[in-house]
Amino acid sequence: MSKELIRLQDLTMEFDGERVLDGINLYFNDHEFLTLLGPSGCGKTTTLRIIGGFLTPTSGTVTFDGQVINDLPPYKRQINTVFQRYALFPHLDVYDNIAFGLKVAKLPKAEIDRRVHEMLETVSLKGYENRSVESLSGGQQQRVAIARALVNQPKVLLLDEPLAALDLRLRKDMQIELKRIQRSTGITFIYVTHDQEEALSMSDTVVVMDKGRIQQIGRPEDIYNEPKNAFVADFIGESNILDGVMLSDYRVKFFGRVFECVDEGFAPNEPVDVVIRPEDIDIVAPNQGHLVGTVTGITFKGLNYDIIVEFKGFKWLIQTTDYHGVGTTIGIRINPEDIHIMHKSEYSGLFGDYSSYSAEYDELTEDAGDEEE
Amino acid sequence: MKRNKSVLLSAPYLIWMVVFTLIPLGVVCYYAFTDPSSGEFTLKNLRELNLYWGVLGQSVLYSIVSAFICLLLGYPVAYFIAHRGPTAQRFLYMLVMLPMCMSFLLRTLAWVGLLQDTGIINNILAALGFHRIRMIRTPGAVVLGMVYNYLPYMILPLYAVIVKIDHRLIEAAEDLGCNGAQVFGRVILPLSVPGILSGMTMVFVPAVSTFYISQKLGGTDTVLIGDVIERQFKQGNNPNLGAALSLVLMILVFVCTGIMNRFGGDSEEGGVIV
Amino acid sequence: MKKVNRFLTVLVFLFLYIPMVVLIVASFNTGKDITQFDGFTLRQYVRLFQDRNLLKLLGNSLLISVLASFTATVFGTVAALGIHGLSPKLRKAAMTLTNIPMTNPEIVTGVSLSLLFVFIGTRIFGQRNCLTFWTLLIAHITFNLPYVILNVMPKLSQTDASLTDAAMDLGCTPVQAFFKVTLHEILPGIVAGAIMAFTMSLDDFVISYFVSGLDFVTLPVEIYSYTKKPLQPKIYAMFTLLFLLILVLMVAMNLIQLYGDKKKAASRGAGI
Repeated sequence: MSKELIRLQDLTMEFDGERVLDGINLYFNDHEFLTLLGPSGCGKTTTLRIIGGFLTPTSGTVTFDGQVINDLPPYKRQINTVFQRYALFPHLDVYDNIAFGLKVAKLPKAEIDRRVHEMLETVSLKGYENRSVESLSGGQQQRVAIARALVNQPKVLLLDEPLAALDLRLRKDMQIELKRIQRSTGITFIYVTHDQEEALSMSDTVVVMDKGRIQQIGRPEDIYNEPKNAFVADFIGESNILDGVMLSDYRVKFFGRVFECVDEGFAPNEPVDVVIRPEDIDIVAPNQGHLVGTVTGITFKGLNYDIIVEFKGFKWLIQTTDYHGVGTTIGIRINPEDIHIMHKSEYSGLFGDYSSYSAEYDELTEDAGDEEE
Repeated sequence: MKRNKSVLLSAPYLIWMVVFTLIPLGVVCYYAFTDPSSGEFTLKNLRELNLYWGVLGQSVLYSIVSAFICLLLGYPVAYFIAHRGPTAQRFLYMLVMLPMCMSFLLRTLAWVGLLQDTGIINNILAALGFHRIRMIRTPGAVVLGMVYNYLPYMILPLYAVIVKIDHRLIEAAEDLGCNGAQVFGRVILPLSVPGILSGMTMVFVPAVSTFYISQKLGGTDTVLIGDVIERQFKQGNNPNLGAALSLVLMILVFVCTGIMNRFGGDSEEGGVIV
Repeated sequence: MKKVNRFLTVLVFLFLYIPMVVLIVASFNTGKDITQFDGFTLRQYVRLFQDRNLLKLLGNSLLISVLASFTATVFGTVAALGIHGLSPKLRKAAMTLTNIPMTNPEIVTGVSLSLLFVFIGTRIFGQRNCLTFWTLLIAHITFNLPYVILNVMPKLSQTDASLTDAAMDLGCTPVQAFFKVTLHEILPGIVAGAIMAFTMSLDDFVISYFVSGLDFVTLPVEIYSYTKKPLQPKIYAMFTLLFLLILVLMVAMNLIQLYGDKKKAASRGAGI
C-alpha cells in the first residue's frame, strides 16, 4: 500500500466573490501519477496552484505529510512545478536554469554539478549545458523545465498542462517520456490537462473536474467504462446518452424496448441515463437488429468511419470499419456489457445527442483553440 | 495577501506624488484666489487676467503654428528614418535625440548669433551683396525658436508609429488598386494619427508655456504667457497674479490635450473601418 | 517622393545641428563675438578648467542629477512593482497621477512646487529662505519619477508572471526572486529610465529656476543669468566638451545594443 502524501479537505476558492473551487476533497498517494482533468475554467489549475503554494484557499485545509500547509509559502514546500509555458529564466543558460534551485539552497558546487549532469542525462540533454534556453526547441525547453524541477528531488512534482504548447507528434513522445521519468524516480506527479487521451494513457488515477467540483475519481479504465454522469461520459471519449428507465436489476428500457444489462442497485422504475459507446455497437442486417435506423451522415476518420444513424428521431454516433452510405438502413445489436447505466444528474440531457454532430465538432476544436491561448 | 504587498510597495510613491504634484496644484489655486497683501480671499487676481488675454491668444497662436510646421517638417524625416535599415535607423534616431540632451539655453542663444542684425546669416548675406534682413525680435524668430527646440519631440513619436506600420498593409492596399499617393492618404496617414496627435501635444505644451525663447528671440510685441508668469515670480513679485496665470495656462493645456485625446479616440474608431 | 524626403531630412538635420556647430566653432575662437571668427585657439578650454566657480556649478548640476536620478530609479522601480500588482482601477489612478508632471507645462510644475515650498516654509516653519538644496532635490526627484515608472511598467507587463512563481517554487523568497529573476527581466527598462531621468535632470532649467534658492544653483540656472550679460566664451568650451561626452555615450550605447542584437540573432540562428 502506498501512503497518503497530500490531502485537500473541503477546499473552496473564491476570486472577487466568484466561486472557482467548491468543496474539493481529495488525497494523493506517494509514488502516484494523478491527473486533474477537465475543461478550461473547471478549477484544475487553481487546485494545482493551491498545492504549489501560489494561492491560499478561501476555506478548507491542505495537508502535506500530516501537516497543515495552507499558509506555507511555495519556497518552503517540498513541491516543485513544471509551468505551463515552462517559465525558463531567459537570462540563464541550460545549466544555470537547472542548477537554480540547488544554488538557492546553497549546495556544495561539486554536488550541484553532479546532480545537474545526472539530470541532463535523464532528460537526454547532454551537451546542451551552455546553450541559451531561447535557442532551444519547444520539446527541449520542456525537458529543461522538467529537469529544473526534478533536480531538487521534490516529494511531489506539479505539471500544469506541460505539453499543451507542443505539436501532436512531440506530445505523444513526451507522454511516454514523462511516464518513464515518473516510474524511474518514483516521485508523485500531479498532472493537469484538458486532454482526456493524455490523462487516460499516463495516469494511475484520474480526477475529472467541472465547475469547481470533482465529478469522478478513479482508474482510467473505470472512468472510461463506468462514468458517473453524463458530463464524464461525454468528456471522456464519445458517448451516446439516452433517457431510459431501470425496470429492475439487470433490465433497462429505452426506445420502447427492454434490454439486458449488467447494472444493479437502482430503484425500481428509476429514470436513468443510458450510455452506449460508439465503438461498442455492432452493425447487423436490419432484420437481425435490436433497433433499425437510417444512416444520415458518414465521415472517414482514418482508422474507422464515424457514421450518424437516426433511430426514431434520435441520432447516434457509431464507429465502424465498414462503409455504410447515407440513406442505408441498418440494424444494430447491443451486448448487455456494453450498456452502462448512470443516475440522473444536473448534466442529464445536455450531452450525448449527435443531432448536430458536425456543429459540436466545430465547438470542440474552438475550445481546444482557446485553451492554447 | 499579494494585493496588500502591492499597496505597501506603491503607497510611498503615491503619497509622494500626491504631496508634490497634486497638492502644489491646490496651492496654486489657493494663491490665485488670495490677496497678495492681506492674504484674504479675493477675485482680484482673476479680474486682472483681463489684461493678458491678448498675450494668451498670441501664445496659443504661435505654438499652434509651430506645431504644424513641426509636423510638416517632422513627418518626412520620421518617414525617411523609419524606412532605413536597422543600423541606419538607430544612428539617425540618435542624431534626433542628441540635441534634446544639450542645453537648450545655449542652443537658443546660438540662434541669436545667427539671426542678429549683425549676425552670421546677415553677414553672409552682406558678403554676397544682398541687403541685411531684420530677423531677430520678430514673431517669425520666436516661431523658429519653438520649431527648432521642439522638432525632435515631433519626430520621435511619429517615427515610433510609422516604424510599426505593418508592411503587408501597404502591399494589401497596392493589391487593392491604390497608387503611391493613395496608399499614403488611405493607409499610412490614417495609421500615423496617434503619432501625429502625440507629437502635436508634445510640441504644443512646452511651446505655449515657454519664456526663454521669446525673451531671447522675440521683441517687445512678442510677449508670451510664460514671460508674464516668470516676471510675476522673479521680477514683479506678485506671485498671486502669477498663480492665477499659471492656473489659466494649466486649464488651457488640460483642455487642449483633452481635445487631442478626443480626436485620437474618434480616429481610432474610424481607423478600424478603414 | 523618396528624393524629396531625403532632401528634407538633410535640411532638417542641418537646421538641428547648425546652431550647435556655431557654438562649437565659437569655443575655438580667439575673439569674444560668436558672429565673427577671428582665429583658432584652445585658450577657452584652459580658462574653463581654471574657473573654480564654473566647475563648482557643473559639480552642483552633476550632484543634483546623480542624486535625483538614482533616488528616482530605486524609488520608482519599487513603486512600479507595487503599481503592477494593484487592481486595475487603482493602477489606472496611479498612472494618471504619474502622468500629471509629464503633461503639465514645466513652468506650471516649477511654479506650483515653488509656491508649495514657500507656503510650507513661511507658514509652518516661519523661515524666509525656504528654497534650498533639498527643495531642488525634491523637485528633481518628482519630475524624474515618471520617466522611471513609464520605462519600467511596460517591461514588467512583458515579463512572464510565472517566472517569479518558478523562482519561488525553486526555493527563492520573494525578495530573492526579485533579485535573481525579475530584476534581470526589467533591467533594460530601469537603465533606460535612469538615463532619461539623469539627462532630464542635468539639462533642466525651467523647474530648477523656480525652485532653487541663492545658496545652491545649478549650471543651467546660472547660464540663464549669464545670458542677460554677454556670455563668456569658456561656456562654449564647456558646451563642446558636454557635446562630445554625450555623443560618445550615445554611440557607445548604440554599439552595445547592436552587439546584443547580433548575439541574440546568432544564438537564435544556432537553435534552428
